[in-house]
Amino acid sequence: MSTMEIPLSPALPQQAKGESRFLRFAREFAASHIAVFGLAMLAVVIVVALAAPWIAPQNPYDLGKLDLLDARLPPGEKAGSGNMTYLLGTDGQGRDMLSAIMYGLRVSLMVGVASGAIALTLGAALGVLAAYLGGRFEQVLMRIVDIQLGFPAILVALILLAVLGKGVDKIIIALVTVQWAYYARTARSAALVERNKDYIEAARGLGLSARRIVLRHLLPNSLPPLIVVATVQVAHAIALEATLSFLGLGLPATEPSLGLLIANGYEYMLSGKYWISVYPGVALLATILAINLVGDQLRDVLNPRLAR
Amino acid sequence: MAPLLDVTNLVTEFATRDGLLRAVDGVSLSVARGEVLGLVGESGSGKSVTGFSILGLVDPPGRIASGSVVFDGQELIGLPENRLRQLRGRRIAMVFQDPMMTLNPVLSIETQMVEAVLAHQNASKAAARERALEMLGRVGIASPASRLAQYPHQFSGGMRQRVAIAIALINRPDLVIADEPTTALDVTVQGQILFEMQKLVRESGSALIWITHDLAVIAGLADRVAVMYAGRIVEQGAAAEVLELPAHPYTRGLLDSVPANNATSRRLKQIPGMTPSLLRLAPGCAFRERCERAAERCIDMPELKLHGARHVRCHFPLVSA
Amino acid sequence: MTLLEFRAISKHFTRRLDAIERFARRLGADVTETSVRAVDRVTFAVAKGEVVGLVGESGCGKSTLGRLACGLLDASEGEVTFAGAALATQRGVVRPIQMIFQDPFASLNPRMRVADIVGEAPRAHGLIDRSQVVGYVADLLQQVGLDAAYARRFPHQFSGGQRARISIARALAVKPEFLVCDEAVAALDVSIQAQVLNLFMDLREQLGLTYLFISHDLGVVRHLSDRVVVMYLGRVVEIAPTAELFAVPNHPYTQALLDEVPRIDRRKRKFVPIKGEIASPLAPPSGCHFHPRCPHAMPRCSEAAPVLREIAAGRWSACFLNER
Repeated sequence: MSTMEIPLSPALPQQAKGESRFLRFAREFAASHIAVFGLAMLAVVIVVALAAPWIAPQNPYDLGKLDLLDARLPPGEKAGSGNMTYLLGTDGQGRDMLSAIMYGLRVSLMVGVASGAIALTLGAALGVLAAYLGGRFEQVLMRIVDIQLGFPAILVALILLAVLGKGVDKIIIALVTVQWAYYARTARSAALVERNKDYIEAARGLGLSARRIVLRHLLPNSLPPLIVVATVQVAHAIALEATLSFLGLGLPATEPSLGLLIANGYEYMLSGKYWISVYPGVALLATILAINLVGDQLRDVLNPRLAR
Repeated sequence: MAPLLDVTNLVTEFATRDGLLRAVDGVSLSVARGEVLGLVGESGSGKSVTGFSILGLVDPPGRIASGSVVFDGQELIGLPENRLRQLRGRRIAMVFQDPMMTLNPVLSIETQMVEAVLAHQNASKAAARERALEMLGRVGIASPASRLAQYPHQFSGGMRQRVAIAIALINRPDLVIADEPTTALDVTVQGQILFEMQKLVRESGSALIWITHDLAVIAGLADRVAVMYAGRIVEQGAAAEVLELPAHPYTRGLLDSVPANNATSRRLKQIPGMTPSLLRLAPGCAFRERCERAAERCIDMPELKLHGARHVRCHFPLVSA
Repeated sequence: MTLLEFRAISKHFTRRLDAIERFARRLGADVTETSVRAVDRVTFAVAKGEVVGLVGESGCGKSTLGRLACGLLDASEGEVTFAGAALATQRGVVRPIQMIFQDPFASLNPRMRVADIVGEAPRAHGLIDRSQVVGYVADLLQQVGLDAAYARRFPHQFSGGQRARISIARALAVKPEFLVCDEAVAALDVSIQAQVLNLFMDLREQLGLTYLFISHDLGVVRHLSDRVVVMYLGRVVEIAPTAELFAVPNHPYTQALLDEVPRIDRRKRKFVPIKGEIASPLAPPSGCHFHPRCPHAMPRCSEAAPVLREIAAGRWSACFLNER
């Protein structure tokens, strides 16, 4: 087994690649059929989530629209009033499952992405800064990160929500608190590697301010590993949120997320009314799976070591 | 007397994301027993890939597309992996630029050297250890007995390379292929390694292919020299001739670029332009665009032709036959 | 006129003990801080317009010295002066001394366009304003032999030699008077190396630059330098005008070094190696660092370190052999 390098052919500007970097990236991504499938699934999930208010047959949050007489109807049944078919059945309050799932996806994705984005910003900033400044700041921050990561995420989130109460913003706060440490640690590692490279030294030699070096040079080059962490973390966040909702924390019952829908249907599982839990469960599974598939391929494509 | 190694029209290709890359494009060379051949070229010339191809160490996405490599009468291309493995380390050995490509950082030197012996010979562990001690002494490592028990990280870069050479020569191979083994080392260490190699090769009668970009090293070491450019051999012949009176304009240009060959403080004679991208080679002579002697005729690819006592790939060689 | 001067400058790198090691020391364990004297009381000056070649092998401290000159490292002892005044390591101020780095791949920010790489510093320091950037960068690129049309491209789209030129343009953008080239051509192919070396010589004439040229390649140094400084394990062992150094090297290390350099005109020579290995900078030999490998070593050499003395006009050497 040799570890030879593929011969370098120097790229000449006159003969710069015909396709843009993005197209090349897209082509490499598409090399894995599973990843493309995942991406398609994710696209469907996102479209459904975004368009929910317009395409859902019913607004599941509008308590006035619900008809208790329609509760626990199996999939395919028509409404008592006859104006719609419950494609996936109804839950204990007469909510159309399909609509509830669509809105649930919306909430799950929103919470997952929002908390991920905030945690990424916070974690990346702190991590890169720690790598650049070193010394006490870095030591203290990394110990905090270690301690944070030593606690099970659920435990931390539970405690926080018990204190903060219910609401979308509270859940996002809890999720950010649980996630930022991963980003910080990854960002610091990446930044440490970059910091030792000559272009950072050159920037220092040119007398550029620390702020400029961190923001313009160090941060952009420390991002690639973070993108991969981000995709996986968003999936975790969604799963975590679902768990918390299942346990009855976080989101109010009137704005059910997928987790709460699953919880609601839990008691009916043994009496054969599977659809109230199973369909939201499948939706959740599909979302997380799709994100993971895309994230895996993203990691492989962005990994320079695997460059073919 | 048949040559020990006879490479004919070797073609090695790589399927890269930007297209098919011919790293080695029809290379033919031969090495006689006990001879030192210098394979010279800059980055992208294909010299290292040639070395790897001879040993069958080209991994996908690369592959040997065509040609023949005959070693001691046996065709190596197409040989099943287990047969090749028997040859490697036993009859053909390789020394890499980075000694850590040979050395395993978590095993002691003794383990690795004994393993190298036992893989190819039916010897006892004690006998293998003796051989290892002997080789360490031969490559100039002081107090070999204590060094055997140590690990690669306890050696300096030059020492590691010496150990790698010891491992390469431990089974007395007929041919050693050295791929830029001293490029990463200091001048004084390089001097030592060159000394050892010269001595060892002469004592054991092994043939040596020394791959490098450093013309000066080759001048001191090689009997014959082959110069590569863009995957092809452009000049091949006795070292003294090629280096003193180069026939190919590229060889001339290379020699002229070396500061030592220029009057101090005057501008160096430089070869204009850059090595062409192997993915987009223009038809005809690959050096055409950088050559002052280029003419219409150079659109036709020149063949490697016998020119006096050497081979040159040029329509307008600098020296008459 | 002296432009840059090193005055008894030293640089130690100390590996601090971590918490566990400190604790172990409290308990009586024999744990000491390891310290490397990368640069040990180096003193010499570079005159305006000169090219001084700095040579030596691994561990000699030449790269560290270069970084001390550029302000990328702070001296542990001694100082660097520029035009007579001590150069404080101020942040946010551009120094008249700039460095050209070895690795053309790692020395450019892969995510910045060439125009930004070259134009960032002069903009940040107010040398030019926004409207002038494009023209300024174009001029610089042309000056280093690159087509200004490539300003919008990214580093990975250029070859090694071109990236080396971009590095040079970046350094020139802040109008330095002094360039420290740290193995600036070592990573380049011979034919490209020749182009870049010619560029250095052209720029020297056009812009009146002064150079400290750090290299392990004696052939290159010989071609380019007016004077040569030879270092070994952190100390300067010899300084001489180029021609004299190569013709009549004084210090045994310089002699051995020059002997080892393979030359094309010496065909099929028998390589005679210098004995021993370069000692580790962590545990340098006592007295004269070179004495374990020196063919002329005397008892005195392991007891005391020879001082750099002027042995002839403009020639300095640190060897007890000169004191007999």
